[in-house]
This record gives sequence, C-alpha cells and structure tokens, in this order.
Amino acid sequence: MVDYIWIVIALPLAGAVFLHFFGSRLREPIAGVIATSTVGLSFFYALIAAADFFSGTGEAETVHLFDWIPTLGANAELLWDPLSAVMTLTVTGVGALIHLYSIGYMHGDPRFGRFFTGLNFFTASMLILVLADNFGALFVGWELVGLSSYLLISFWFQKPSAAAAGKKAFIVNRIGDVGFLIGLMLILANFNTLTYGTVLADPARFVTAGTATAITLLLLLGAAGKSAQIPLYFWLPDAMEGPTPVSALIHAATMVTAGVYMVARTASLFELSGFAAATVATVGAFTALFAATIALMQRDIKRVLAFSTISQLGYMFLAVGTGAYVAGIFHLFTHAFFKALLFLGSGSVIHAMGDEQDMAKMGGLAKVMPVTHLTMVIGWLAIIGIPPLAGFWSKDEILALAFGAGGWFTFLWVLGIITALLTAVYMTRWMYLTFWGEARWDDGVDPHESPAVMTLPLVGLAVGSAAFGLLNTPFHGPFKPAFEHFLEPSFEAIEMAHLPSGSTPWFLALISIAAAAGGALFAYRRYQGAEAFDTAPVAAKRTGVWRWVTNGYYVDDIIGNLLVLPGKLVAAWTAFVLDTEIIDGSVRAIGGGVRRISGWLRPVQTGFVRNYAVVTFAGVVGLLVWFVSQGAG
Amino acid sequence: MEVTAGWYLALGAVLFVIGAGGMLLRRNALVMFMSIELMLNAVNLTFVAIGRHVGDLNGQVAVFFVMVVAAAEVVVGLAIMISVFRRRASASVDDLAVLKG
Repeated sequence: MVDYIWIVIALPLAGAVFLHFFGSRLREPIAGVIATSTVGLSFFYALIAAADFFSGTGEAETVHLFDWIPTLGANAELLWDPLSAVMTLTVTGVGALIHLYSIGYMHGDPRFGRFFTGLNFFTASMLILVLADNFGALFVGWELVGLSSYLLISFWFQKPSAAAAGKKAFIVNRIGDVGFLIGLMLILANFNTLTYGTVLADPARFVTAGTATAITLLLLLGAAGKSAQIPLYFWLPDAMEGPTPVSALIHAATMVTAGVYMVARTASLFELSGFAAATVATVGAFTALFAATIALMQRDIKRVLAFSTISQLGYMFLAVGTGAYVAGIFHLFTHAFFKALLFLGSGSVIHAMGDEQDMAKMGGLAKVMPVTHLTMVIGWLAIIGIPPLAGFWSKDEILALAFGAGGWFTFLWVLGIITALLTAVYMTRWMYLTFWGEARWDDGVDPHESPAVMTLPLVGLAVGSAAFGLLNTPFHGPFKPAFEHFLEPSFEAIEMAHLPSGSTPWFLALISIAAAAGGALFAYRRYQGAEAFDTAPVAAKRTGVWRWVTNGYYVDDIIGNLLVLPGKLVAAWTAFVLDTEIIDGSVRAIGGGVRRISGWLRPVQTGFVRNYAVVTFAGVVGLLVWFVSQGAG
Repeated sequence: MEVTAGWYLALGAVLFVIGAGGMLLRRNALVMFMSIELMLNAVNLTFVAIGRHVGDLNGQVAVFFVMVVAAAEVVVGLAIMISVFRRRASASVDDLAVLKG
C-alpha cells in the first residue's frame, strides 16, 4: 500500500489535468462529481495506508519515485509517517467534503468545470507539500499551493477586488518565501543536503545553536507568510474575495496550516534554538490576540471568520513554539473541521441571502435554515471551547502546556486566555447577528435552506467538530490520548512540553471554560439589547480605539502608504523617467546624432553621374600630378 | 613634312579630351557611351604609337586587351541602357538619380 502512496497525489492531479481539458464540455454536476471522487478515493487510500499507524505497528517509510536533483538531496521522494498521514487525511477528508459542497455552491456558475480544476490542483499541490521527503519537494508543494491559492482567490477575476486580492496574497506570500528560500540555502550550505532524514535526524552534529537560530527564524518568516501570522497576516482577510468553498478549504482548513506543519516537521531544528522557538510562540500568541480584537468589529460574515482563522493559527504557532507539537497538530486537525464547517455554513447563508455578506442585513435565519443553524451552533461551541466539543480539547491543551512551560510562556498563556474570551465574544456576536434576533433582510430577499449536497458536508463536518476532540483527551481509559499515541513515532527524538502536575490542568481548564462562557454570555446580552442593529456604516460612527479596531488598526493603510506607495512611485519613476527618458532617450540621442552628421555628408551623393566622373577625373589628374612631381624629384 | 610619333600622340590626346568632355558634359547615355569609346580608342592610338616608336610589340598586345574588354563592356552597358529605356522612355542620365543622398 505504502509503496504506491503516490496514488494519493496522482488522483487529484489526474482529475485536475482531465478537467482542465474537458471540464468545460461536461454537463454541470459531472465535473464536480469527478473532482469529488478523486479526492474521496485519495482519502480512502490514505486511510488504508495509515492502518499500520492506527494499530501502532507502522514505521515511517520513504518511497523513491524518481531522481530530481540528486546532488542536492532533492529527489521526488515521499515520506509516509504519522505526521504526514494526519496531514494527508485532514487535507483529503475535509477536502472531499468541501468538494462535495462546492457542487451545490457553484451551481450555475459559467466556469463550473474550471473551478473544480482549481480545487483538484490545489489538493494535489497540498499533498505534495505534506508528503515531501525533502525541503526541495516541500518547496515545490509550497509554491504550488501559493499558485493555486492565487488562481482560486481571483476565480471571479471580473471583480477588480478579487483580482487585487489574489495579487496581494501572492505577493505577500512571496515576501515570506524569500526568507524560506534563504533558510533552505543555509540548510544546504550546512548540511550539504535537503533530505529530511539527514537534516532532521541529529542537526546538532552539523550546526551550532546560532546557525540553527538563523535557519529557523528564516523558516519562520516563510511560515508566517503562508500561515498568515504577524507581520505577514494581512493578505488573508482579502482572500475572502474568493468563492466560499475556497475560503473553507485553502484559507481555513489546509493551506494556511502549512506553516504550522513545517515548524512541526522541523521540530528538531527549532529544538536547538530556544530563542527561535520562543519567537514562534510569541508571534503566535500576539497574532492570536491581535486578530481576535479585529474580528470583534467586522461586519462581513466571512471577514470575521478570516480574522478568526488568523487568531486560531496563532494558537497553533503558540503550541509548536512551546514545544507542544502534538497539541499544535491536534488543534490544526480539529480547527480544520470546525473552521471549514463555519465557512461552509457562512457560504450556505450567503447563498440563501442572494450573495449578501453584510451581517447587518441578516438575523433571524435560524428559523428558515434549521440544518445550517444547528451545524453552526456546533461549530460555534467548538471554536469557543465548550467541552466536550473538539475546540476545547485542542485549545485547552495548548494553553495548559504554555502555562506549564513557565516564565515568558506564562505571559503568552495570559494572552491566550484573553484571546479565548474575545473568541467567545466575536463568535457569539457572529451567531447572534446571523441566526438569532430579528430579521433585518433587504426587501425581496427570501432565504431558504440550502440543498442536500451542501447541508450533507455541513453535517459531516459538524460530527467531526463535535466528536474528534475526544481523540486526544488528557484522561486515561477509553479515551486514552490516541492522537498523541498516533503521532508519537514522528516526534520520538523531540522533547515535548509537559502538562503542569497535580490538579493545575483542571484549574486551567476551568479558567478557559469560564472565559469562553463569560464572553459568550456578555456578547449575547450585548446584542440582545441591540435588536435594531444600526445599518449605517459602523466605521463612520465609531470613535477612539474602536475606530482603530474596526479598521484593523489601519494596518492596510500603513502598509499601503509606507511600503506599497513608495514601491509604486519607484516603479512609476523607472517606467516613465528612467526607461522612457534616460534609457530610450540616450538611444534616441545616439541615433539622432548619427543622422545629423550624415545629413552634412548627404549632399555629396548628388545622383548625377557627371559629378562623379568629374571627381574621378580630378582624382586621376591629382594622382598624375603627384606621380610626375615625385618622378621629377 | 614627316609624320612622327608626336603627331599620333597629339591626335590621341585631342581625341581623349573630346571624349572626356563629352562624358562630362552630355546627358544622353548613348552619347556618353560613345564618348567613353572615343577615350578608349584615343588610349589605344597612344599605345600603338608609343609601341611603334620604341619598337616594342607590347603596345599592340595591350590594345587587343582593351578592345576585348571594351566590347564586353559595351554589351553589358547597352543591355542596361535598353532595360532602363524600356522602363522610363528616356535616355537622360539625370533622370536616374534615385541613389541621390
């Protein structure tokens, strides 16, 4: 089974190639059915291939496909270990449900087939990323998911905002990739190979702590770009311009977790540098808090979730930076379910409201969309961390481990708890404005429950969001930490963070449950009193700090004016002054000079044969005179 | 009065100058051609006269070369002129100034 693990990548890739050429000729649901089945088959294949890991007898295996750049240790080789298995199952499992949902969501789109080409292509790229056995192949997958993300964000490219959002995502990711690529070059310079086996087995033999710090900080920059962390987070909210299934699959469940996966994969490098690991955790905790505050004030149903995603990715960074790799991957896993669920639910709402995304014009949808509402309640409880839903187990483990790490990490734990409180506030606000309270629909809007092809994936993801937290509880007994046990072989040599001893974890859990419940209650009461939700532009009314928060601290404006504007000015100068005036000008000056000089000589060529003959004659006479005078001398 | 080589040389010089003058002053291509022939034959006369004067046959040998080359040149030149005339219905070289700078 494992020898043919490349089938997992080949199926969606073949789907993408096939749909690229024939997708537009197929009748509507067929392209979607093909795309969904390739990803679904990949999921089942991966599930069977991972059977040995479930039973605890599996070992990491490397599958050599073909030589690519053998001198760099970068060959087409796949690594099948518990970590890549978890990632593969998440990508294909959640991905298949989102593919299925897209059949309903993209109904009637003139480029229906092309959309599934993109989704399948993305899935194949992501699988290359997680299954790669060396940094070279990882980088190929890394860039391919960036490309497919760009293509899918600007899928509705006729909208200028969507085209601009795609460009923004691509360029911001490129900034991170520069750091990532330099990091890879440093690895190559120090280890002489890019293969995981050599680099990650015992990096202390090759590099000092200082070099490891440099490498890991550069890798972190790449991870921050892909996973939307400070300072490169600001592309993700704009990426919501893409179709909602794209937001769910790429910008919530899978691609944005690539940074977390990469840090977890290179755990042994981060272990060498306490500073780099602490930086990862700090970036994560601050991003989590920062994004959560912005999410409080958004009106767009998807932008709330986008900032929420950034915030949750911050938790994952906090985890892997603390050394809680299993907790980080576990949160990645549960988050994939409940955030994909929330996004698909918001897509269902947008669909029902006739492409309305402003929550000020929603409300009271619980009655007309019972299935969507019920699944969203599960997603809401999961993300704010109410036991026994998935988000509680994964988020709480991260927080408890951060607290247990002590020192600086205790402060990060405080940030995490505040974030948990804010998460409860903004998610309850999100639920209230969308599903509860009075209906504030525009005239002529007639919401209706979505078709079964869309609600079925919602139910599937809701089950996952509700139940999969039990895969890794701290209790012994029937719910022994199965997930941790499963991942153990991947982190054998890594020293993991430990939970605080005694009854402390219980108190920590109570604190975070209290924060979640308190936040939810506060938000519920706050919006219950505000039945007549003000539909005037919120940003115009807000004053002081709230105005800053509503506008995302004006980060987009600051970056626009501080970095993008000078860049545009330089580009305009090179285009309209340097190129047209200086370079083209000098070329034109040389040409003009030659033309002017030749202008002086032109009259010599009269075109009259007689004139030439006279000159010839004069020349002959002159020569004659000269010879004669020489002869005479 | 005895006709010496000097007379022939003088005649050659006169013919050459007439030819050169015709070449430089006339515009009709045919007349210019005839002028060139005149100049060539003036030189031929000079060769023969000098050859006879110094008792060397090489002067006459050179003349044969000139005559052969002149014949070939006339063939090419007349062919060009005919094709030009067909196109322009004029034999004036002043009309052929397309290479003017």
